[in-house]
Amino acid sequence: MALVELRNVSKIYQLGGEEIRALDDVSLDIESGEFISIIGPSGSGKSTLMHILGCLDSPSKGTICLDGVMIQDASARQLAAIRNRKIGFVFQFFNLLPKLNVTQNVELPMIYSGIGSAERKKRALAALESVDLVNRAKHRPSQLSGGQQQRVAIARALVNDPKIIFADEPTGNLDSHTGDAILTLFRRLSQSGRTIVLVTHDPEIAAVTPRRIEIRDGKIAVKVDLTLAGLAGGRRNPDGAEPPKPA
Amino acid sequence: MSKDHIQPPAEVLLNTRAQLGIMVVAGVSEIWAHKFRSMLTMLGIILGVSSLVAMSAMVSGMEKGAKEALIAIGGLEKVRIESQDLPVYQRHLSDQAVGITINDVYALQRTAPLVTKLSPEMRLPASVSANGKTFRPWVCSGVWPVALEMGEHVIEHGRMINELDDEMARNVCVIGTATRDELWGPPEKTGKEIIPLGETIYMNGTPFTIVGMFKHYESEQERKTRELAKLQAQLQPQPSGGVSRDRGHGGGGGRRRGNFVFYLKNSTVYIPLNTMWMKFRSGMSFTGFGGGFQPTGGAGGSTGDPRLSSLELRVQSVDLLPESLQQVQNVLTSTHKGIEDFTFRTQEDWAEQINTFVSNARLSGGLIAGISLLVGGIGIMNIMLASISERVREIGIRKSVGASTVDIFVQILVESVLIAIMGGLAGMVASFGLVAMLSSFSPTDNAPIITVATLLVAFSFSVLVGILAGIFPAIKAARLNPIQALRYE
Ligand SMILES: Nc1ncnc2c1ncn2[C@@H]1O[C@H](COP(=O)(O)OP(=O)(O)OP(=O)(O)O)[C@@H](O)[C@H]1O
Ligand SMILES: [Mg+2]
Repeated sequence: MALVELRNVSKIYQLGGEEIRALDDVSLDIESGEFISIIGPSGSGKSTLMHILGCLDSPSKGTICLDGVMIQDASARQLAAIRNRKIGFVFQFFNLLPKLNVTQNVELPMIYSGIGSAERKKRALAALESVDLVNRAKHRPSQLSGGQQQRVAIARALVNDPKIIFADEPTGNLDSHTGDAILTLFRRLSQSGRTIVLVTHDPEIAAVTPRRIEIRDGKIAVKVDLTLAGLAGGRRNPDGAEPPKPA
Repeated sequence: MSKDHIQPPAEVLLNTRAQLGIMVVAGVSEIWAHKFRSMLTMLGIILGVSSLVAMSAMVSGMEKGAKEALIAIGGLEKVRIESQDLPVYQRHLSDQAVGITINDVYALQRTAPLVTKLSPEMRLPASVSANGKTFRPWVCSGVWPVALEMGEHVIEHGRMINELDDEMARNVCVIGTATRDELWGPPEKTGKEIIPLGETIYMNGTPFTIVGMFKHYESEQERKTRELAKLQAQLQPQPSGGVSRDRGHGGGGGRRRGNFVFYLKNSTVYIPLNTMWMKFRSGMSFTGFGGGFQPTGGAGGSTGDPRLSSLELRVQSVDLLPESLQQVQNVLTSTHKGIEDFTFRTQEDWAEQINTFVSNARLSGGLIAGISLLVGGIGIMNIMLASISERVREIGIRKSVGASTVDIFVQILVESVLIAIMGGLAGMVASFGLVAMLSSFSPTDNAPIITVATLLVAFSFSVLVGILAGIFPAIKAARLNPIQALRYE
């Protein structure tokens, strides 16, 4: 069973009688350990898809199974626990709490999983070490550069050892050099076995991932699968989309 | 493989408890981050709590004073019998209504065992003069020696009038300190206490010898103020003018009248009942008598039965009061041949009045304090709503890393309660200042009393207000959709 199984998921907004299909009948599997990018133009529904995958939002139609749990049946409290334990988010605007220092920001998810303060400190330091920011542990987010802030956000996403990490335009607010550093960090994490979903509108960034999914108008348009399983044609194709045409 | 990763409820509860400490710390730093606006918000609670405590303290003070006064006039076991108008259906018998006479006293002594003491009284509207001055005491009565105990009087100098004085109708009297103060001057003025034993005073022109003087009655508060003034006077270096110096308007100046009950008691002159009857029978006043019956006409006098202004009696215990009253009623009905020209007055009426007054005062005070607490609560709610709309993004972030609705709810509620608690504590401190200020503005005999219970009640109210004010903002925050919260700029 795949880590994430999305089946016929739609997200429909009603705006003044008009129906906006932010996601339109999307089916998708994500295996444990994969490094996937979701690419598409602005307004195509990438963020919507990521929010639904990350249990921040609920679909209008369809089912999601994450790590064996049927999300659409879960209670609000269970969803919060799933976000807490199994999912890590990295956002375009970093989304650190400005009143807390770096360590406290990284500790935040562990507070909601009820981990004791000594253990929290230890794990936060370890996570900061993995993004090479131990020396900034006591600083406020406002005292850090954008790239450093994003690394803190990544440390926060990692700290509860989640099953999957979602990153929405993680380099969107950074210059290309700093962006590259962040991408390198993601690649390294992927190599160490993390499951990562990277949302971007930039094909160059998407190129770093073995598997790419392109979305247009809420639908999956193109899939590129360079993983062994994909190349061997062994992957199920739940949405029945056309296999990519050789360029 | 995964359901067990989702927390079971017990663990959630445990986590919530562990988080509470973190949330309190976070709440305090949030309040600290907005010091000024938090303080303004607390002001409402401070006012509410301090006015609640101050009100309650003042009412407690008054209650204590009133209870002291009640005991000073003889407690609840005392019953007063007075003459009264005949009821309408007995009006035609008015010429036979003799009022309360000494015969009633003898009859009660014989046949009403539940009555332990009987004190007849004849009142005279008199003025007394001596030492070149004249004074109209509040009470000038002919009584039996038992009036001493009945009126809770204490002889400080000399003696009470005795049986022999009464039998022989001697011209002797016992006075209270107010009479002495008026005729010879108070100790504060004269520098030493004058004890006019053996002096002669003229009561409506008739000379009487003073054989005794009561102690000075005062409320506890009066006593304290007086002693303090005395102490201050002693500590003050005396200028060469020395003893005769009039300390006039100063702290120790002329004795204030203080509580009326005590003043009334001090302003008493007692003479033997028989003396009153022999010397003043034509001038006596019969309280409680209405038209149609002229006491000066001497209807009582003509029958030869000495008529009383009132009759005070004491019963064995308050518990037996209804039975005792019934007994007295039976005896008097038979001696008065069924004519209902008398009435009972118990102190219970007064005690009840005190209680009604106290509960009214508490109610209105509580209402005012309640309203200001309510306003304080609205202030807290307002500031919490403002605070969460500033922190939509923060709430979204917290939810995205796994905060549940309960976590957010508790966080906002804790903040609101913290503001209320801080306000409540400050209000309790402020209430002491407020009480001190109020009692310095308008000094009364009844110093306000701040009780621990009042403080606890006021504090719990402030916590309650914090909870109530926090619930709505907390629900609003907890319900925020994380996506909208994250998209919010
Ligand atoms: N709350 C909402 N109400 C109505 N329409 C919405 C709402 N949220 C998103 N949409 C619409 O859904 C569509 C998809 O939005 P989404 O944010 O997923 O796009 P995106 O691919 O992430 O774009 P970008 O690259 O600009 O971030 C858009 O057309 C957007 O207007
Ligand atoms: Mg987006």
